[in-house]
Amino acid sequence: MRYGVGPEVLHDVNFALAPGSFHFLVGPSGAGKSSLLRLMYLAHRPSRGLITLFDRDIATTPRHELPELRRKIGVVFQEFRLLDHLSVLDNVALPLRVAGMGEKQLKDYAEELLSWVGLADHMQARPAILSGGQKQRVAIARAVISRPKLLLADEPTGNVDDKIALRLLYLFEELNKLGTTIVIATHNEALISRFGHPQLHLENGELSVRAAGKRGA
Amino acid sequence: MFGLFESRSDLPLRTDASRRFLPWLVALNVYLAALALAGLMALGDAVSAWDKGLTGAMTVQIPAPVSKDGDRVTDNAPRVARALEVLRAQPGVAAANALSRSEMAALMEPWLGSAGGLVAELPLPALIDVQLRDSAGINAEGLQSVLAAAVPGATVDDHKKWLDRLLLLIHSVELVAAAVVLLVAGAAIATVIFITRTGLSLHQDVISLLHVIGAQDDYIAKQFQSQALALGLKGGAIGFLLAALTLGGLGLLAGRLGSQFLPPLSLGPLQWLLLAGLPLAVALIGMATARFTVMRTLARLP
Repeated sequence: MRYGVGPEVLHDVNFALAPGSFHFLVGPSGAGKSSLLRLMYLAHRPSRGLITLFDRDIATTPRHELPELRRKIGVVFQEFRLLDHLSVLDNVALPLRVAGMGEKQLKDYAEELLSWVGLADHMQARPAILSGGQKQRVAIARAVISRPKLLLADEPTGNVDDKIALRLLYLFEELNKLGTTIVIATHNEALISRFGHPQLHLENGELSVRAAGKRGA
Repeated sequence: MFGLFESRSDLPLRTDASRRFLPWLVALNVYLAALALAGLMALGDAVSAWDKGLTGAMTVQIPAPVSKDGDRVTDNAPRVARALEVLRAQPGVAAANALSRSEMAALMEPWLGSAGGLVAELPLPALIDVQLRDSAGINAEGLQSVLAAAVPGATVDDHKKWLDRLLLLIHSVELVAAAVVLLVAGAAIATVIFITRTGLSLHQDVISLLHVIGAQDDYIAKQFQSQALALGLKGGAIGFLLAALTLGGLGLLAGRLGSQFLPPLSLGPLQWLLLAGLPLAVALIGMATARFTVMRTLARLP
Protein backbone atom coordinates (compact mmCIF):
# COMPACT_ATOMS: atom_id res chain seq x y z
CA MET A 1 0.00 0.00 0.00
CA ARG A 2 1.19 3.51 -0.78
CA TYR A 3 -0.23 7.04 -0.37
CA GLY A 4 -0.35 8.78 -3.75
CA VAL A 5 3.04 8.46 -5.45
CA GLY A 6 4.92 8.07 -2.15
CA PRO A 7 6.91 5.01 -1.10
CA GLU A 8 5.20 1.73 -0.28
CA VAL A 9 4.12 1.87 3.37
CA LEU A 10 3.17 -1.80 3.58
CA HIS A 11 4.42 -4.72 1.52
CA ASP A 12 4.54 -8.49 1.87
CA VAL A 13 1.83 -8.31 4.53
CA ASN A 14 0.09 -11.64 4.66
CA PHE A 15 -2.17 -12.78 7.47
CA ALA A 16 -5.59 -14.18 8.25
CA LEU A 17 -7.69 -13.48 11.32
CA ALA A 18 -9.84 -16.30 12.58
CA PRO A 19 -13.40 -15.22 13.47
CA GLY A 20 -13.59 -14.47 17.18
CA SER A 21 -9.83 -14.04 17.57
CA PHE A 22 -8.07 -11.32 19.58
CA HIS A 23 -4.80 -9.80 18.36
CA PHE A 24 -2.56 -6.95 19.36
CA LEU A 25 -1.04 -5.03 16.48
CA VAL A 26 2.39 -3.91 17.60
CA GLY A 27 5.47 -2.31 16.13
CA PRO A 28 7.51 0.87 16.32
CA SER A 29 6.06 4.25 15.41
CA GLY A 30 5.84 4.68 11.65
CA ALA A 31 5.83 0.93 11.03
CA GLY A 32 2.45 1.19 9.27
CA LYS A 33 0.02 0.10 12.00
CA SER A 34 -2.47 2.87 11.29
CA SER A 35 -2.14 2.28 7.53
CA LEU A 36 -2.88 -1.42 8.00
CA LEU A 37 -5.93 -0.55 10.10
CA ARG A 38 -7.09 1.93 7.42
CA LEU A 39 -6.92 -0.85 4.87
CA MET A 40 -8.88 -3.12 7.20
CA TYR A 41 -11.66 -0.63 7.88
CA LEU A 42 -11.87 0.10 4.13
CA ALA A 43 -10.84 3.74 4.26
CA HIS A 44 -8.18 2.94 1.67
CA ARG A 45 -7.89 0.53 -1.19
CA PRO A 46 -4.60 -1.36 -1.53
CA SER A 47 -2.40 -0.29 -4.45
CA ARG A 48 -1.75 -3.99 -5.01
CA GLY A 49 -2.54 -7.27 -3.31
CA LEU A 50 -5.71 -8.91 -2.07
CA ILE A 51 -7.94 -8.20 0.92
CA THR A 52 -10.71 -10.62 1.75
CA LEU A 53 -13.15 -9.44 4.40
CA PHE A 54 -16.20 -11.40 5.52
CA ASP A 55 -15.57 -13.76 2.57
CA ARG A 56 -15.70 -10.87 0.09
CA ASP A 57 -12.81 -9.87 -2.16
CA ILE A 58 -12.67 -6.12 -1.59
CA ALA A 59 -11.11 -5.40 -4.99
CA THR A 60 -14.05 -6.91 -6.85
CA THR A 61 -16.81 -5.80 -4.47
CA PRO A 62 -18.86 -3.00 -6.09
CA ARG A 63 -18.41 0.36 -4.38
CA HIS A 64 -22.07 0.65 -3.38
CA GLU A 65 -21.82 -2.64 -1.43
CA LEU A 66 -18.85 -1.49 0.66
CA PRO A 67 -20.93 0.52 3.21
CA GLU A 68 -22.70 -2.71 4.18
CA LEU A 69 -19.31 -4.30 4.93
CA ARG A 70 -18.13 -1.19 6.82
CA ARG A 71 -21.13 -1.48 9.12
CA LYS A 72 -19.78 -4.83 10.28
CA ILE A 73 -16.57 -3.12 11.41
CA GLY A 74 -16.25 -1.00 14.54
CA VAL A 75 -13.37 1.44 14.71
CA VAL A 76 -11.88 3.22 17.71
CA PHE A 77 -9.73 6.02 16.38
CA GLN A 78 -6.57 7.17 18.09
CA GLU A 79 -7.82 10.76 18.15
CA PHE A 80 -11.43 9.66 18.92
CA ARG A 81 -12.96 11.59 16.00
CA LEU A 82 -16.09 12.49 17.94
CA LEU A 83 -18.39 15.07 16.37
CA ASP A 84 -18.29 18.12 18.62
CA HIS A 85 -21.57 19.57 17.33
CA LEU A 86 -23.51 16.45 18.37
CA SER A 87 -24.34 15.27 21.88
CA VAL A 88 -22.64 12.24 23.36
CA LEU A 89 -25.86 10.28 22.76
CA ASP A 90 -26.01 11.29 19.09
CA ASN A 91 -22.34 10.46 18.63
CA VAL A 92 -22.83 6.96 19.98
CA ALA A 93 -26.06 6.46 18.02
CA LEU A 94 -24.50 7.58 14.72
CA PRO A 95 -23.67 4.11 13.28
CA LEU A 96 -27.24 2.95 13.95
CA ARG A 97 -28.70 6.10 12.39
CA VAL A 98 -26.49 5.66 9.32
CA ALA A 99 -27.72 2.07 9.08
CA GLY A 100 -31.30 3.35 9.03
CA MET A 101 -32.53 2.27 12.49
CA GLY A 102 -35.57 4.10 13.91
CA GLU A 103 -34.94 7.03 16.26
CA LYS A 104 -36.68 5.47 19.27
CA GLN A 105 -34.83 2.19 19.05
CA LEU A 106 -31.40 3.70 18.45
CA LYS A 107 -31.91 6.09 21.37
CA ASP A 108 -32.73 3.17 23.66
CA TYR A 109 -29.63 1.25 22.52
CA ALA A 110 -27.35 4.28 22.90
CA GLU A 111 -28.69 5.08 26.38
CA GLU A 112 -28.20 1.51 27.51
CA LEU A 113 -24.64 1.37 26.19
CA LEU A 114 -23.70 4.75 27.65
CA SER A 115 -24.96 3.59 31.04
CA TRP A 116 -22.83 0.46 30.67
CA VAL A 117 -19.67 2.50 30.02
CA GLY A 118 -20.47 4.80 32.95
CA LEU A 119 -21.57 7.88 31.02
CA ALA A 120 -25.27 7.89 31.84
CA ASP A 121 -24.93 11.39 33.31
CA HIS A 122 -23.27 12.80 30.21
CA MET A 123 -25.65 11.74 27.45
CA GLN A 124 -26.62 15.24 26.41
CA ALA A 125 -23.15 16.72 26.95
CA ARG A 126 -20.99 17.83 24.05
CA PRO A 127 -17.76 15.85 23.64
CA ALA A 128 -15.67 19.02 23.99
CA ILE A 129 -16.36 19.20 27.73
CA LEU A 130 -15.45 15.55 28.44
CA SER A 131 -12.13 14.34 29.80
CA GLY A 132 -9.81 12.21 27.67
CA GLY A 133 -10.97 9.03 29.35
CA GLN A 134 -14.64 9.91 28.88
CA LYS A 135 -14.09 10.70 25.22
CA GLN A 136 -12.35 7.38 24.85
CA ARG A 137 -15.35 5.57 26.29
CA VAL A 138 -17.72 7.47 23.98
CA ALA A 139 -15.54 6.49 21.03
CA ILE A 140 -15.58 2.86 22.11
CA ALA A 141 -19.33 2.91 22.68
CA ARG A 142 -19.81 4.28 19.16
CA ALA A 143 -17.54 1.55 17.77
CA VAL A 144 -19.40 -1.29 19.44
CA ILE A 145 -23.02 -0.14 19.37
CA SER A 146 -23.82 -1.93 16.14
CA ARG A 147 -22.33 -5.19 17.46
CA PRO A 148 -19.58 -5.30 14.82
CA LYS A 149 -18.05 -8.58 13.70
CA LEU A 150 -14.63 -6.94 13.62
CA LEU A 151 -13.41 -4.29 16.07
CA LEU A 152 -10.31 -2.30 15.21
CA ALA A 153 -8.80 0.03 17.78
CA ASP A 154 -5.90 2.37 17.14
CA GLU A 155 -4.04 3.09 20.39
CA PRO A 156 -7.25 3.02 22.44
CA THR A 157 -5.30 3.30 25.70
CA GLY A 158 -3.03 6.09 24.54
CA ASN A 159 -4.91 8.87 26.30
CA VAL A 160 -5.99 7.20 29.53
CA ASP A 161 -4.27 6.16 32.73
CA ASP A 162 -3.33 2.55 33.45
CA LYS A 163 -6.44 1.87 35.51
CA ILE A 164 -8.81 2.96 32.76
CA ALA A 165 -6.64 1.24 30.15
CA LEU A 166 -7.06 -2.01 32.02
CA ARG A 167 -10.84 -1.53 32.23
CA LEU A 168 -11.00 -0.83 28.51
CA LEU A 169 -9.07 -4.00 27.74
CA TYR A 170 -11.47 -6.01 29.90
CA LEU A 171 -14.33 -4.40 27.96
CA PHE A 172 -12.75 -5.52 24.69
CA GLU A 173 -12.32 -9.02 26.09
CA GLU A 174 -16.01 -9.12 26.99
CA LEU A 175 -16.88 -8.18 23.42
CA ASN A 176 -14.47 -10.79 22.14
CA LYS A 177 -16.24 -13.42 24.23
CA LEU A 178 -19.46 -12.41 22.48
CA GLY A 179 -17.83 -13.34 19.16
CA THR A 180 -16.30 -10.07 17.94
CA THR A 181 -12.90 -10.37 16.27
CA ILE A 182 -10.60 -7.78 17.79
CA VAL A 183 -7.39 -6.11 16.64
CA ILE A 184 -5.85 -3.50 18.92
CA ALA A 185 -2.90 -1.41 17.80
CA THR A 186 -0.92 -0.43 20.87
CA HIS A 187 2.49 0.47 22.25
CA ASN A 188 1.51 -0.51 25.77
CA GLU A 189 3.92 -3.41 26.53
CA ALA A 190 2.48 -3.85 30.02
CA LEU A 191 -0.99 -4.51 28.66
CA ILE A 192 0.29 -6.79 25.92
CA SER A 193 2.14 -8.97 28.36
CA ARG A 194 -0.67 -8.90 30.89
CA PHE A 195 -3.31 -10.17 28.44
CA GLY A 196 -0.99 -12.37 26.40
CA HIS A 197 -3.00 -12.40 23.15
CA PRO A 198 -1.18 -13.19 19.86
CA GLN A 199 0.56 -10.26 18.20
CA LEU A 200 0.76 -8.99 14.67
CA HIS A 201 4.19 -7.42 14.59
CA LEU A 202 4.80 -4.77 11.97
CA GLU A 203 8.25 -3.46 11.22
CA ASN A 204 9.61 -1.76 8.09
CA GLY A 205 6.30 -2.36 6.36
CA GLU A 206 6.50 -6.14 6.85
CA LEU A 207 4.33 -8.22 9.16
CA SER A 208 5.04 -11.27 11.27
CA VAL A 209 2.69 -13.13 13.60
CA ARG A 210 3.77 -13.94 17.15
CA ALA A 211 1.93 -16.62 19.08
CA ALA A 212 0.03 -15.91 22.27
CA GLY A 213 2.15 -15.38 25.33
CA LYS A 214 1.48 -16.42 28.88
CA ARG A 215 -1.30 -14.40 30.46
CA GLY A 216 -0.08 -12.22 33.32
CA ALA A 217 -1.82 -11.44 36.58
CA MET B 1 -41.26 27.98 8.94
CA PHE B 2 -38.43 26.95 6.66
CA GLY B 3 -37.00 24.80 9.41
CA LEU B 4 -39.76 22.38 8.51
CA PHE B 5 -37.97 21.53 5.30
CA GLU B 6 -34.69 20.69 6.97
CA SER B 7 -34.16 17.18 8.20
CA ARG B 8 -31.85 16.50 11.13
CA SER B 9 -28.23 16.73 10.07
CA ASP B 10 -25.10 14.94 11.24
CA LEU B 11 -23.07 17.57 9.44
CA PRO B 12 -22.72 20.98 11.15
CA LEU B 13 -24.10 22.75 8.08
CA ARG B 14 -26.17 25.14 10.22
CA THR B 15 -23.02 26.94 11.33
CA ASP B 16 -21.64 27.50 7.82
CA ALA B 17 -21.21 31.09 6.68
CA SER B 18 -22.84 30.12 3.37
CA ARG B 19 -26.09 29.65 5.27
CA ARG B 20 -26.23 33.38 5.87
CA PHE B 21 -25.62 34.64 2.33
CA LEU B 22 -27.05 31.87 0.11
CA PRO B 23 -30.70 32.92 0.65
CA TRP B 24 -29.86 36.49 -0.37
CA LEU B 25 -28.04 35.33 -3.49
CA VAL B 26 -31.01 33.14 -4.38
CA ALA B 27 -33.36 36.05 -3.62
CA LEU B 28 -31.43 38.27 -6.02
CA ASN B 29 -31.46 35.58 -8.71
CA VAL B 30 -35.18 34.92 -8.31
CA TYR B 31 -35.92 38.65 -8.32
CA LEU B 32 -34.06 39.21 -11.60
CA ALA B 33 -35.48 36.05 -13.17
CA ALA B 34 -39.03 36.98 -12.11
CA LEU B 35 -38.72 40.45 -13.65
CA ALA B 36 -37.26 39.05 -16.86
CA LEU B 37 -39.91 36.33 -17.04
CA ALA B 38 -42.70 38.81 -16.32
CA GLY B 39 -41.36 41.07 -19.08
CA LEU B 40 -41.20 38.09 -21.41
CA MET B 41 -44.80 37.11 -20.70
CA ALA B 42 -46.15 40.67 -20.88
CA LEU B 43 -44.40 41.31 -24.20
CA GLY B 44 -45.68 38.00 -25.54
CA ASP B 45 -49.21 39.09 -24.71
CA ALA B 46 -48.64 42.54 -26.18
CA VAL B 47 -47.31 41.09 -29.42
CA SER B 48 -50.26 38.77 -29.88
CA ALA B 49 -52.67 41.63 -29.04
CA TRP B 50 -51.05 43.91 -31.61
CA ASP B 51 -50.81 41.12 -34.16
CA LYS B 52 -54.42 40.12 -33.62
CA GLY B 53 -55.61 43.73 -33.77
CA LEU B 54 -53.80 44.63 -36.94
CA THR B 55 -53.93 41.45 -38.97
CA GLY B 56 -57.04 41.46 -41.16
CA ALA B 57 -57.39 45.22 -40.94
CA MET B 58 -56.27 48.06 -43.20
CA THR B 59 -56.52 51.83 -43.06
CA VAL B 60 -57.42 53.83 -46.12
CA GLN B 61 -56.39 57.47 -46.20
CA ILE B 62 -58.25 59.93 -48.42
CA PRO B 63 -56.43 63.28 -48.62
CA ALA B 64 -58.62 66.38 -48.69
CA PRO B 65 -58.85 67.79 -52.24
CA VAL B 66 -57.41 71.23 -52.88
CA SER B 67 -59.15 73.85 -55.06
CA LYS B 68 -57.83 74.50 -58.53
CA ASP B 69 -56.01 77.61 -57.47
CA GLY B 70 -54.47 75.64 -54.60
CA ASP B 71 -55.59 78.07 -51.92
CA ARG B 72 -58.30 76.21 -50.03
CA VAL B 73 -59.41 72.73 -49.11
CA THR B 74 -62.65 71.61 -50.66
CA ASP B 75 -65.22 69.15 -49.35
CA ASN B 76 -63.83 65.61 -48.98
CA ALA B 77 -67.18 63.90 -48.30
CA PRO B 78 -67.97 62.86 -51.90
CA ARG B 79 -64.54 61.21 -52.28
CA VAL B 80 -65.00 59.38 -48.98
CA ALA B 81 -68.46 58.21 -50.02
CA ARG B 82 -67.08 57.01 -53.36
CA ALA B 83 -64.21 55.18 -51.62
CA LEU B 84 -66.61 53.50 -49.19
CA GLU B 85 -68.74 52.42 -52.10
CA VAL B 86 -65.76 50.88 -53.91
CA LEU B 87 -64.43 49.24 -50.78
CA ARG B 88 -67.76 47.70 -49.76
CA ALA B 89 -68.10 46.27 -53.23
CA GLN B 90 -64.90 44.23 -52.77
CA PRO B 91 -65.66 40.58 -51.91
CA GLY B 92 -62.79 40.38 -49.40
CA VAL B 93 -63.94 43.40 -47.37
CA ALA B 94 -66.13 42.60 -44.37
CA ALA B 95 -66.66 46.19 -43.28
CA ALA B 96 -65.49 49.66 -44.18
CA ASN B 97 -66.25 52.65 -41.95
CA ALA B 98 -65.03 56.19 -42.12
CA LEU B 99 -63.78 57.67 -38.86
CA SER B 100 -65.95 60.51 -37.63
CA ARG B 101 -64.57 63.98 -36.89
CA SER B 102 -64.78 63.29 -33.14
CA GLU B 103 -62.88 59.97 -33.53
CA MET B 104 -60.20 61.82 -35.48
CA ALA B 105 -60.02 64.46 -32.76
CA ALA B 106 -59.61 61.69 -30.14
CA LEU B 107 -56.73 60.22 -32.15
CA MET B 108 -55.03 63.60 -32.36
CA GLU B 109 -55.67 64.49 -28.75
CA PRO B 110 -52.37 63.18 -27.35
CA TRP B 111 -50.49 65.54 -29.68
CA LEU B 112 -52.81 68.52 -30.10
CA GLY B 113 -54.73 68.51 -26.85
CA SER B 114 -58.49 68.64 -26.50
CA ALA B 115 -58.92 71.89 -28.45
CA GLY B 116 -61.63 70.59 -30.81
CA GLY B 117 -61.65 73.81 -32.86
CA LEU B 118 -58.07 73.37 -33.98
CA VAL B 119 -58.68 69.83 -35.22
CA ALA B 120 -61.77 71.03 -37.11
CA GLU B 121 -59.76 73.69 -38.95
CA LEU B 122 -56.90 71.41 -39.96
CA PRO B 123 -56.97 69.92 -43.52
CA LEU B 124 -56.86 66.37 -42.15
CA PRO B 125 -57.22 63.42 -44.53
CA ALA B 126 -60.24 61.21 -44.03
CA LEU B 127 -59.51 57.76 -42.57
CA ILE B 128 -61.45 54.61 -43.36
CA ASP B 129 -61.10 51.56 -41.17
CA VAL B 130 -61.33 48.45 -43.34
CA GLN B 131 -61.96 45.01 -41.82
CA LEU B 132 -61.07 42.17 -44.15
CA ARG B 133 -63.03 38.97 -44.47
CA ASP B 134 -60.04 36.91 -45.44
CA SER B 135 -56.64 38.50 -45.29
CA ALA B 136 -55.17 35.96 -47.70
CA GLY B 137 -57.52 36.96 -50.48
CA ILE B 138 -56.73 40.65 -50.60
CA ASN B 139 -53.62 42.77 -50.17
CA ALA B 140 -52.84 46.44 -49.76
CA GLU B 141 -51.39 46.86 -53.29
CA GLY B 142 -54.42 45.22 -54.95
CA LEU B 143 -56.88 47.30 -52.95
CA GLN B 144 -54.95 50.49 -53.61
CA SER B 145 -54.96 49.98 -57.42
CA VAL B 146 -58.74 49.41 -57.38
CA LEU B 147 -59.28 52.44 -55.15
CA ALA B 148 -56.87 54.81 -56.92
CA ALA B 149 -58.87 54.53 -60.14
CA ALA B 150 -62.05 55.70 -58.35
CA VAL B 151 -60.53 58.10 -55.79
CA PRO B 152 -57.23 59.60 -56.96
CA GLY B 153 -54.71 60.09 -54.17
CA ALA B 154 -56.20 57.44 -51.86
CA THR B 155 -53.61 55.29 -50.11
CA VAL B 156 -53.96 51.95 -48.34
CA ASP B 157 -51.85 50.98 -45.32
CA ASP B 158 -51.91 47.42 -44.02
CA HIS B 159 -49.51 48.41 -41.12
CA LYS B 160 -47.27 45.49 -42.11
CA LYS B 161 -44.05 47.49 -42.32
CA TRP B 162 -44.63 49.14 -38.95
CA LEU B 163 -45.75 45.88 -37.33
CA ASP B 164 -42.79 43.95 -38.74
CA ARG B 165 -40.33 46.44 -37.30
CA LEU B 166 -42.11 46.47 -33.95
CA LEU B 167 -42.21 42.68 -33.83
CA LEU B 168 -38.50 42.51 -34.62
CA LEU B 169 -37.79 44.88 -31.76
CA ILE B 170 -40.03 43.00 -29.37
CA HIS B 171 -38.64 39.59 -30.33
CA SER B 172 -35.13 40.96 -29.71
CA VAL B 173 -36.20 42.16 -26.27
CA GLU B 174 -37.80 38.75 -25.65
CA LEU B 175 -34.54 37.03 -26.57
CA VAL B 176 -32.62 39.27 -24.16
CA ALA B 177 -35.14 38.53 -21.39
CA ALA B 178 -34.89 34.78 -22.05
CA ALA B 179 -31.09 35.07 -21.97
CA VAL B 180 -31.35 36.87 -18.61
CA VAL B 181 -33.50 34.03 -17.21
CA LEU B 182 -30.96 31.46 -18.43
CA LEU B 183 -28.01 33.46 -17.08
CA VAL B 184 -29.69 33.85 -13.71
CA ALA B 185 -30.37 30.09 -13.58
CA GLY B 186 -26.74 29.48 -14.50
CA ALA B 187 -25.56 31.86 -11.78
CA ALA B 188 -27.79 30.11 -9.22
CA ILE B 189 -26.40 26.71 -10.20
CA ALA B 190 -22.80 27.98 -10.05
CA THR B 191 -23.45 29.50 -6.60
CA VAL B 192 -24.88 26.25 -5.23
CA ILE B 193 -21.96 24.24 -6.68
CA PHE B 194 -19.47 26.62 -5.07
CA ILE B 195 -21.22 26.57 -1.70
CA THR B 196 -21.66 22.80 -1.72
CA ARG B 197 -18.01 22.26 -2.56
CA THR B 198 -17.03 24.65 0.22
CA GLY B 199 -19.24 22.65 2.60
CA LEU B 200 -17.71 19.38 1.46
CA SER B 201 -14.26 20.78 2.00
CA LEU B 202 -15.11 22.31 5.40
CA HIS B 203 -16.68 19.12 6.71
CA GLN B 204 -14.26 16.67 5.14
CA ASP B 205 -13.48 15.07 8.53
CA VAL B 206 -17.13 14.46 9.39
CA ILE B 207 -17.85 13.12 5.91
CA SER B 208 -14.86 10.80 6.09
CA LEU B 209 -16.09 9.52 9.49
CA LEU B 210 -19.63 8.95 8.19
CA HIS B 211 -18.11 7.12 5.22
CA VAL B 212 -16.04 4.86 7.47
CA ILE B 213 -18.95 3.94 9.72
CA GLY B 214 -20.93 2.81 6.69
CA ALA B 215 -22.90 5.79 5.39
CA GLN B 216 -24.01 5.49 1.78
CA ASP B 217 -23.23 8.48 -0.45
CA ASP B 218 -26.97 9.09 -0.63
CA TYR B 219 -27.16 9.52 3.19
CA ILE B 220 -24.55 12.31 3.08
CA ALA B 221 -25.96 13.89 -0.09
CA LYS B 222 -29.42 14.13 1.47
CA GLN B 223 -28.08 16.39 4.20
CA PHE B 224 -26.61 18.82 1.68
CA GLN B 225 -29.65 18.73 -0.59
CA SER B 226 -32.06 19.35 2.31
CA GLN B 227 -30.07 22.41 3.26
CA ALA B 228 -29.97 23.65 -0.35
CA LEU B 229 -33.75 23.17 -0.67
CA ALA B 230 -34.52 24.98 2.58
CA LEU B 231 -32.21 27.92 1.86
CA GLY B 232 -33.38 28.04 -1.77
CA LEU B 233 -37.03 28.24 -0.73
CA LYS B 234 -36.27 30.91 1.82
CA GLY B 235 -34.30 33.05 -0.66
CA GLY B 236 -36.78 32.31 -3.45
CA ALA B 237 -39.72 33.52 -1.36
CA ILE B 238 -37.90 36.77 -0.54
CA GLY B 239 -36.97 37.30 -4.21
CA PHE B 240 -40.51 36.57 -5.41
CA LEU B 241 -42.04 38.93 -2.86
CA LEU B 242 -39.73 41.76 -3.92
CA ALA B 243 -40.42 41.04 -7.60
CA ALA B 244 -44.19 41.01 -6.98
CA LEU B 245 -43.95 44.42 -5.28
CA THR B 246 -41.86 45.79 -8.16
CA LEU B 247 -44.23 44.42 -10.81
CA GLY B 248 -47.23 45.74 -8.89
CA GLY B 249 -45.62 49.19 -8.81
CA LEU B 250 -44.78 49.09 -12.52
CA GLY B 251 -48.32 47.95 -13.33
CA LEU B 252 -49.67 50.92 -11.40
CA LEU B 253 -47.43 53.34 -13.33
CA ALA B 254 -48.35 51.73 -16.68
CA GLY B 255 -52.04 52.03 -15.76
CA ARG B 256 -51.66 55.78 -15.28
CA LEU B 257 -50.32 56.16 -18.85
CA GLY B 258 -53.62 55.04 -20.32
CA SER B 259 -53.99 52.49 -23.07
CA GLN B 260 -53.78 54.67 -26.20
CA PHE B 261 -50.17 53.80 -26.86
CA LEU B 262 -49.65 50.41 -25.30
CA PRO B 263 -51.55 47.18 -25.15
CA PRO B 264 -52.16 46.02 -21.55
CA LEU B 265 -48.86 45.03 -19.92
CA SER B 266 -50.42 43.38 -16.86
CA LEU B 267 -50.11 39.67 -16.02
CA GLY B 268 -52.98 37.22 -15.78
CA PRO B 269 -53.59 34.78 -12.88
CA LEU B 270 -51.92 31.92 -14.75
CA GLN B 271 -48.85 34.04 -15.37
CA TRP B 272 -48.68 35.03 -11.69
CA LEU B 273 -48.93 31.35 -10.83
CA LEU B 274 -46.04 30.65 -13.17
CA LEU B 275 -44.00 33.39 -11.49
CA ALA B 276 -44.87 32.01 -8.06
CA GLY B 277 -43.47 28.65 -9.22
CA LEU B 278 -40.10 30.30 -9.85
CA PRO B 279 -38.84 30.11 -6.21
CA LEU B 280 -39.80 26.45 -6.08
CA ALA B 281 -38.09 25.78 -9.40
CA VAL B 282 -34.92 27.56 -8.28
CA ALA B 283 -34.95 25.71 -4.93
CA LEU B 284 -35.39 22.37 -6.71
CA ILE B 285 -32.60 23.20 -9.16
CA GLY B 286 -30.41 24.11 -6.16
CA MET B 287 -31.29 20.85 -4.43
CA ALA B 288 -30.52 18.78 -7.52
CA THR B 289 -27.27 20.66 -8.06
CA ALA B 290 -26.18 20.10 -4.45
CA ARG B 291 -26.97 16.39 -4.72
CA PHE B 292 -25.14 16.03 -8.04
CA THR B 293 -22.08 17.87 -6.67
CA VAL B 294 -21.92 15.77 -3.48
CA MET B 295 -22.48 12.46 -5.27
CA ARG B 296 -19.77 13.29 -7.79
CA THR B 297 -17.29 14.24 -5.07
CA LEU B 298 -18.06 11.24 -2.87
CA ALA B 299 -17.67 8.88 -5.82
CA ARG B 300 -13.94 9.59 -5.59
CA LEU B 301 -13.80 8.08 -2.08
CA PRO B 302 -12.91 4.36 -1.85
